[in-house]
Amino acid sequence: MSTQYDLIVIGSGPGGYVAAIRATQLGMKTAIVERESLGGICLNWGCIPTKALLRSAEVLHLAKHAKSFGLKIENPSFDLDAVVKRSRGVAAQLSNGVKFLMKKNKIDVIEGTARLEKGAPAPKVIVKGKDGKDTSYTAKHVMLATGARARDIPQAGLVADGKLIWTYREAMTPDVMPKRLLVVGSGAIGIEFASFYNELGSEVTVVEVMDRILPVEDAEISALAEKDFRKQGLSILTGAKVENLKAGKDTITADITTKDGKKETKEFDRAILAVGIVGNVENLGLEALGVKVEKTHVVVDGFGRTGVAGLYAIGDLTGPPWLAHKASHEGVVCVEGIAGKSKTEPFDASNVPGCTYSHPQVASVGLTEAAAKAKGLDIKVGRFPFIGNGKAIAMGAEQGLVKTIFDKKTGELLGAHMIGAEVTELIQGYVIARQGELTEHDLIHTVFAHPTISETMHEAVLDAEGRALHI
Amino acid sequence: MPINITMPALSPTMEEGTLAKWLVKEGDLVKSGMIIAEIETDKATMEVEAVDEGKVGKIMVPAGTEGVKVNAIIAVLLEDGESAGDVKAPAAAPKAEAAPAKTDAAKTPSAPPAPAQTPAAPAKAAAPASVAVMDRPGGARIMASPLAKRIAANKGIDLKALKGTGPHGRIIRRDVENAKPGAAQPAHGGTPLTADGLILPQVLDDRVYAPDTYELKPLDGMRKTVAKRLTQSFMQVPHFPLNIDITLDNLLESRSAINAAAPKDVKISVNDLLIKAAALALIDEPDCNASYTDKGIAYHKHANISVAVAVDGGLITPVIFKAEGKGLAEISEEMKDLATRARERKLKPQEYMGGTFSISNLGMFGVKSFASIINPPEGMILSVGAGEKRAVVDESGAVVARTLMSVTLTCDHRVIGGAEGAKWLAAFKRYVETPEAMLL
Repeated sequence: MSTQYDLIVIGSGPGGYVAAIRATQLGMKTAIVERESLGGICLNWGCIPTKALLRSAEVLHLAKHAKSFGLKIENPSFDLDAVVKRSRGVAAQLSNGVKFLMKKNKIDVIEGTARLEKGAPAPKVIVKGKDGKDTSYTAKHVMLATGARARDIPQAGLVADGKLIWTYREAMTPDVMPKRLLVVGSGAIGIEFASFYNELGSEVTVVEVMDRILPVEDAEISALAEKDFRKQGLSILTGAKVENLKAGKDTITADITTKDGKKETKEFDRAILAVGIVGNVENLGLEALGVKVEKTHVVVDGFGRTGVAGLYAIGDLTGPPWLAHKASHEGVVCVEGIAGKSKTEPFDASNVPGCTYSHPQVASVGLTEAAAKAKGLDIKVGRFPFIGNGKAIAMGAEQGLVKTIFDKKTGELLGAHMIGAEVTELIQGYVIARQGELTEHDLIHTVFAHPTISETMHEAVLDAEGRALHI
Repeated sequence: MPINITMPALSPTMEEGTLAKWLVKEGDLVKSGMIIAEIETDKATMEVEAVDEGKVGKIMVPAGTEGVKVNAIIAVLLEDGESAGDVKAPAAAPKAEAAPAKTDAAKTPSAPPAPAQTPAAPAKAAAPASVAVMDRPGGARIMASPLAKRIAANKGIDLKALKGTGPHGRIIRRDVENAKPGAAQPAHGGTPLTADGLILPQVLDDRVYAPDTYELKPLDGMRKTVAKRLTQSFMQVPHFPLNIDITLDNLLESRSAINAAAPKDVKISVNDLLIKAAALALIDEPDCNASYTDKGIAYHKHANISVAVAVDGGLITPVIFKAEGKGLAEISEEMKDLATRARERKLKPQEYMGGTFSISNLGMFGVKSFASIINPPEGMILSVGAGEKRAVVDESGAVVARTLMSVTLTCDHRVIGGAEGAKWLAAFKRYVETPEAMLL
């Protein structure tokens, strides 16, 4: 065909489009294939639009609590259509931003659905355009960044129908406020929607099969989050399982087995499925190429290499953590590997921060206390509550905790776990500390600005040494 | 749009080099293929050819600049109708537009990878020592992460002897975790070591040598490489020398006869004959044509003879590949060409790497006997002394005058035993004393 590309990226989410930009920075002639909207799930149906929704919920929360700030706001309320419209507007703005970035970097955007065929030095890329016609493209390197989607569990009726049983997609664009909402799964996605709908007045029930919500977080943080959510009126069933979900005409019935083995049948108006992620590995022609796929994820090495010559994979497609920033960094590492940048380190999943933007926010990096103990490490743990922090009190955000876990012998920051206001913005400090291999000594002698909530991060390190100041 | 000329990579692992010389100046017109600059790496000077046409708008990196990073913009070419005002600061110059400069090395992608022939030290890292340890008067500062320092202290590891693999050669956790406790103690109490475990040069102290009593010449790439490689060799390779005297009369006679019979422009030197003899001896004694490597002993199938050539400011060993199969005229011609280009520092990396055996000849200076330092990863090096008339007791018991030379074979004891070395010397001696055998 016409253009010989150095790199074709399939999928324009935060993994794919960032990889494409990095590739052009390194002088590669690059194209990106997208079947739907530039920016992928993250910009259009994930990270960004949900943050817009949650911001509306947060402002409403503050308005409802205006009195505690000495303010008078009568009957704060909301217009659901306007809230959703704002969220869609934010998504559209960012998707346009990606379009601009592609143009600025002279990246060819190919609209359509891609599949691969055997080829050398890399598989051929066949794109079925919107007109249904196939066009073939060739490149020296092909990167799969096709992402992932919500998991179904058909045996339990956990299959979205787009009307009553939602995935994140419908949950983001509700036509009505469900009076009674069931959220199946309490990972970041489930909890964020639970938090949003609870704030806007739905009666929300969260069912989690594990013994606690936010199961990947430190147990202490999970417990604090659960306590806070319950106080806000959420019903939380942990150790419970949705055995069957049946959509009727206007309502859903859910058969739930609770922790103590009791079977209950409950009725809801809507349900949101957030029971995990499966990789988008289908219809790409992976089998014919001999690409190794395990549990719906493409198996790769630290530079995204699939083992098939010229074929790479990054992001959600390659497995957890399913996070945009993980995908972006994997994309950059993969491209630099292709370019032969000898100083680029293989991707390391152990220092990827995780953030949940519920109210309260949760953020963490590294090992939980339990995981550190399971590894047989000799640890010291520091904790500091927001109640000891001036800025948090001034903001009316005195609920929160920072927890640090250090290796007793080496002073390495093994993990950090936070819950409370703005912690998703704060966690990066600890991520940098870990990347730079700082020890507790360096963090102790780092000056933190006053008054900021970040001082709780300092105090949590001091506390690990038994020398916290403000408690 | 102005075209950027970037620092080329002369070998796959080259990270930086010295911009030795500009052959054009600002305002000059250049054509594609024109040689515009010379770049010095550790051992060679390479020419940079222009890829595009244009006028030299700005020279970004002045001649003589050391440590120029690969792909850094070294000059900007202007196309028709552009003026120097169009040239942006290097930082703002669009990287994707960088026009890679073409060099001789770039044309031969199969060039051997690293200029350092020595198999990498056991530590996986390959960061340059000069980055990992910064020279400071009175000592060296070690760049290491706080966590690496703590782990090193816990395990009793000396950071000074480690090589950093982190950003900018910083010693990070994995470098320390991979090191063995106590294994990395400095060998010379208190002597500063580089990350290679090599002794740093003496600190130049005004109290010892007053500054006006010497002229200081900065170390260039070749000088540094020679120092590093020979120090490494002398410290790490168990050397042992074997001496033997060889009668040269037959060889000198043969040489005269060959040269008399040869075409006018061919003149075979004694050294050419010794190269051939050494190559044949290596094929006869294959156990001696060997290198000690991290993966095992490499027994070479061909005799690639490195010949030490003294050049202004250092030493280089161009290689006569597969010398066992080459005729004397061919060896002679190749040697002349290599030596000439070596003195001009114009050798390509693939011309001075890949040797399996070295010859160093100081006979022309009247040196009677000496023992060279092994040129890793080669297993042996032959030091050739001067041929001279000596009084010899012959087979009948009479004292006669004969031309003799003393040679010393230095062996790497990890691959060559004394007996093997002796056998090789015997084979070599046979070829030199009965040069007709070389014709077989």
